[in-house]
Amino acid sequence: MAGASENLTAGEYIKHHLQNLTFGNHPENGWSFAHGAEEAAEMGFWAFHVDTIFWALLLGFGFFFMFRKVAKAANSGVPTRGQAFIEMIVEFVDENVRDSFHGTSRLIAPLALTLFVWIFFMNFMDLIPVDWLPWAATKVGIEYQKVVPTTDVNATMGMAIAVFFLIIIYSIRFKGVGGFIGELVMNPLNPKELGMPKIVWPFVMAFNLILEVVSLVAKPVSLGLRLFGNLYAGELIFILIALVFTAGAGFVATGLSSVFGEHIPAWFWIVATATVFATLWLNMKGKLSMGKTALLLAVEMLLVGGLAFLGGQLMHFGWAVFHILVITLQAFIFMMLTIVYLSMATEHH
Amino acid sequence: MNLNATLILQSIAMMIFVWFCMKFIWPPLLKAMDERRERIAEGLAASDRAEKALEEAKSKADDELKEARNKAQQIVEQANQRHSQILDQAKDDANAEKQRSVSSAEAEIAQAANQAREELRAAVAALAVKGASKILEKEVDENTHRELLDKLIQEI
Repeated sequence: MAGASENLTAGEYIKHHLQNLTFGNHPENGWSFAHGAEEAAEMGFWAFHVDTIFWALLLGFGFFFMFRKVAKAANSGVPTRGQAFIEMIVEFVDENVRDSFHGTSRLIAPLALTLFVWIFFMNFMDLIPVDWLPWAATKVGIEYQKVVPTTDVNATMGMAIAVFFLIIIYSIRFKGVGGFIGELVMNPLNPKELGMPKIVWPFVMAFNLILEVVSLVAKPVSLGLRLFGNLYAGELIFILIALVFTAGAGFVATGLSSVFGEHIPAWFWIVATATVFATLWLNMKGKLSMGKTALLLAVEMLLVGGLAFLGGQLMHFGWAVFHILVITLQAFIFMMLTIVYLSMATEHH
Repeated sequence: MNLNATLILQSIAMMIFVWFCMKFIWPPLLKAMDERRERIAEGLAASDRAEKALEEAKSKADDELKEARNKAQQIVEQANQRHSQILDQAKDDANAEKQRSVSSAEAEIAQAANQAREELRAAVAALAVKGASKILEKEVDENTHRELLDKLIQEI
């Protein structure tokens, strides 16, 4: 709906939705918010995606306070429902850590829990209809708003890089500097075991180092880009569905405008929404049979937006249901791979 | 889409949240969960123990019930014995009483008979005197006398 009312072309609509709110040092305008993708690119590295940071911090603190509240009240007595729910998540994470990580570390389990819940929360923002928050932001004068931090490559790579540093720290802690470097240069071709003459050792070791560094660097890159790619693609599909839905509504709106004139009055949408809610409410009160409810809803949908509208709604719903799986799975994969990488860092090969 | 300093801020934010979690969330939750696990294990063990104790108590109660039954049986037997004893005693007592009362009654009867005899004797004597006086007033007719004497004898 927002697309139709703002008179954007499809391309502009998509571009608008994929642009972060960037604050940085522009060569001409100084420290300011970027107006559009070009200005944001001109700001170079020292710029900040204010929306990503804001939502990531908000959701992070949401995680913190939600779990802290339960942790503070936690006791060994009969748990409340909230406590049982939180403990279920904690136990799930704890079990996975125990299964995959064989060393001893106080950090690894809280790290896994934080990553899982925080990434799940950030991914969950994807299920909020794509137009709501950006539309609200434009109403208070914020030009761009990307509400899903994990669709920003900076957020996912930021986390992946933090994990990368942890991998290096763990390797050195458990194997020593020598052990870590030895693992980099003596694998996969070990010149000592293969009985090579000393003269070729440096070449073999250099070859090993290149291979091992690539595989080491591939870990954070794949970790960050996997999460980013999945969520970015999901977000994009939501945007495309929203476009289809907007186009359908616009198509029927041409018909409606012959009744109402050029601008369809707000009360029409309010009445339409109220009718749908009333139908559902009557069904819940048991005053309408399921068949009649479905029929009434179909008629109302047809009246309000036409078949394209209905199609858009169904597509949006279907993709959202599928996406629930994706966001949970991606959060889980990020957590599991972090545990596995750190576990590998602590073990001798 | 371009990489910028957001990356660094996100890394820092992540480390801080992980530290928060490590410091304030994980330990109390795990502690509570482990404690509960222990308590549940204890509770299960206690319930096992209680079950065993219950069984023991049941068998003990059975034993005691048996003993009580035996005792009751004994008491009933004793009571029966005592009952028959008392009955016998009562019978004996009654017999003795009967004997005594019969003998006393007999003695009384005998006494009464003696007394009656004495009285009769006295009465016969008186009658004899009376008859003699009548005889003395009248002429002695043997037949009438005979008759009178017979009557007298009859009377005695």
